[in-house]
Amino acid sequence: MEGLIFLIPIALFLGLLGLGAFLWSMRSGQYDDLEGASYRALFEEDEIKKSDK
Amino acid sequence: MAVVKSQDSFDRKGTPLEHFLVEGLHCPSCIREIEGALQKNPIIKNVRLNLTTQRLAVEWSGDSPDVAANSDEVIKTLKDIGFNGYLFKDDPSAAEGDKEGRWLLICMGIAGFAMMNIMLLSVSDWAGTDMGDQTRGFFHWISALIALPASAVAGTPFFKSAYGSLKARSLNMDVPISLAVILSLLMSVMQTLNGGADTYYDAAVMLLFFLLIGRFLDRKMRNHARSTAHNLMSYRPSSAIIVTENGDTTNCAIELLNTEMVVRVAPGERIPVDGVIVSGTSEVDNSLVTGETIPVKSTLGDKVFAGTMNVNGALDIRVTALSGKTLLDEIIGLMETAEQGRAKYVRLADKAAQIYAPAVHLLALATFLGWIIFSTVGWEQSLITAIAVLIITCPCALGLAVPVVQIVASSRLFKNGILVKAPDGLERLAEIDTVAFDKTGTLTLGQPEIANADDIAPADLELAASLAKTSTHPLCRALIVASHERDIPTIATTSPLHEEPGMGLKATIDGKEIRLGNRDWCHVPMNIQKNTRYSELWLKVEGRDAVFLAFQDRLRKDAAEVVAWFQNKGFDVLLLSGDRPDVVSEVAEKLGISDYLGAAKPQDKIDRLEKLKAEGKKILMVGDGMNDAPALSASYVSISPSTASEISQNAADFIFQSQELDSIVRAYQVSKMSRKLVFTNFALAAIYNVIAVPFAAAGFLTPLIAAIAMSSSSILVTTNALRLNLVKLWKA
Repeated sequence: MEGLIFLIPIALFLGLLGLGAFLWSMRSGQYDDLEGASYRALFEEDEIKKSDK
Repeated sequence: MAVVKSQDSFDRKGTPLEHFLVEGLHCPSCIREIEGALQKNPIIKNVRLNLTTQRLAVEWSGDSPDVAANSDEVIKTLKDIGFNGYLFKDDPSAAEGDKEGRWLLICMGIAGFAMMNIMLLSVSDWAGTDMGDQTRGFFHWISALIALPASAVAGTPFFKSAYGSLKARSLNMDVPISLAVILSLLMSVMQTLNGGADTYYDAAVMLLFFLLIGRFLDRKMRNHARSTAHNLMSYRPSSAIIVTENGDTTNCAIELLNTEMVVRVAPGERIPVDGVIVSGTSEVDNSLVTGETIPVKSTLGDKVFAGTMNVNGALDIRVTALSGKTLLDEIIGLMETAEQGRAKYVRLADKAAQIYAPAVHLLALATFLGWIIFSTVGWEQSLITAIAVLIITCPCALGLAVPVVQIVASSRLFKNGILVKAPDGLERLAEIDTVAFDKTGTLTLGQPEIANADDIAPADLELAASLAKTSTHPLCRALIVASHERDIPTIATTSPLHEEPGMGLKATIDGKEIRLGNRDWCHVPMNIQKNTRYSELWLKVEGRDAVFLAFQDRLRKDAAEVVAWFQNKGFDVLLLSGDRPDVVSEVAEKLGISDYLGAAKPQDKIDRLEKLKAEGKKILMVGDGMNDAPALSASYVSISPSTASEISQNAADFIFQSQELDSIVRAYQVSKMSRKLVFTNFALAAIYNVIAVPFAAAGFLTPLIAAIAMSSSSILVTTNALRLNLVKLWKA
């Protein structure tokens, strides 16, 4: 049972990490355009750079 | 990755951002093409296209960009690469809705996180029978540490709504939900303090999580419908061409127009203002305003109305009225009056809550009193049992019963091209017993079709088509369509063609002058072929009698079937039109509608609907024109096609996007089925309560049972709602 002392904090930390990642991804607008993102992955690297300046 | 830089990430810096709506997006490479082309322009610092919403966000470079000129340039660039761009008129209410949706998502994330972690502890608690009391207490404390702050945040949507409802001295579904969450948490804390065994942290958080999923999806679906409806409206012109005193022309936003300004309207455009023609001659199609289908010849000194279509010939119009006296204002006035007459609809969920909430609270009270009076367990244990009753009565199934059905129904309709604008629209649509149609633009397409083609020699039709081919006049286009249908070749004449606005076309073919146009143009005296029924064109070949070409508005393909469907189901169907009585009666006869009203002004339409309403009828109004807008607000529920005037779309509860009218039948079918499913869901929740409540009242409830009951009942109502996808929809 001693293991619980650090196992539970680890579990909670991982959970919080997930929650943080979710909130971050939402704030940075990754859910704004779900259709476009799937296509953007297919563009050539140099073309992206050109259009992203 | 630097590319995943959303519009938001540069939104927040506070730099000016402009949104455009892009029409004609069809493939992923459009993103690259548009962004690439715009990015090259030095006036633009950053650009991002959102494929989901079809909107383009542009950030200007420089400190004080000239927004108007830049916007024009963006629209021009888009046009050059083959897309139609429109400046997106921002809707503050939509932004507000976005914010709320975002907050719901955050709440959902927090509730989900809390639920998973508490479950982890709870499951080991339920399974670990040999767990020591200290470990159990430790687990409970950690659960409390997660559940209390998480519920305080994630529960705000419910707490706020419950508080609002209580303040208004009524009960909605959020009252029992909030109460169940707060009480179960309080009881659990009490248990934890006393070292008790039964805590309900998991049940409370799970309840929040499930309900938040429902809320979020509901909001998302509605936002989607609303933004699509809003997109439709942005396609309308936002600027007009004004003619200055020295004859120059400049662009000007419609909002900035003043009376006495002169506006130029090109052929084929909508007239943006009420005014008087100061130069030019053209035919004006008033159908959106009056329901009248034949374009009216308008010239110097004639009045024209905003929203009407200038068919041929440029017009210069002096703006007469901007506010207070335009036709539009009159219509808005009528609409507002009609709106006030509409009884406020009480939604099914609220009706259910009004029965359910007091019943549950009384039940809990009875349990408490029962235990206190008839047993010796003391008030503390009695209170715990009473709270257990509140938890187990499961607002979860009831709270999900309506929204889940609503989500499935709206997304099904959305796929069928129907937007649900009013949140309670589906519920009202299911109750109708009368359908009132407008004619022009609703039962008909608002496009002319040749009426006497069979009386015309194919050679004449071919000749007429060869002239008409180059013109954009609706009657000419109808001629081409008619020729196609009869396999008559439509090859534009190679001879030089002359077009006289408001009159017609003329060409010389094989040495003979040929004219296609109105009566005056072809020199046909008024006493030949008297005609007040049809739009007309004449074909005059030198040395021969003129040929009469009659046109009438075209019925939608499935109009007759749709009317018949409603009549077979026992609905009263009526036709209310602003068009001339003889045209209306002919259409009514063709469709088998016995109850019709022609030459109806907006007020007449309302009067008719009010009369039916007084007889207790619940009317579905289907209409598109500006003249229908008041009737749309006066009816019980209303549908407009997406080609409708802006004001009608605002008034309507539903908007359908297809050319076919069978969307109306489908919307009705879906709403009828949703109503049935909502009631089955209520029944399921009730049955569940009848079984579970006695156990809770008898004090047999454990946290495990509560968790299982809550999730299984949620799954049950959701699955039931999904049955809506199995319904076969009618197709004309």
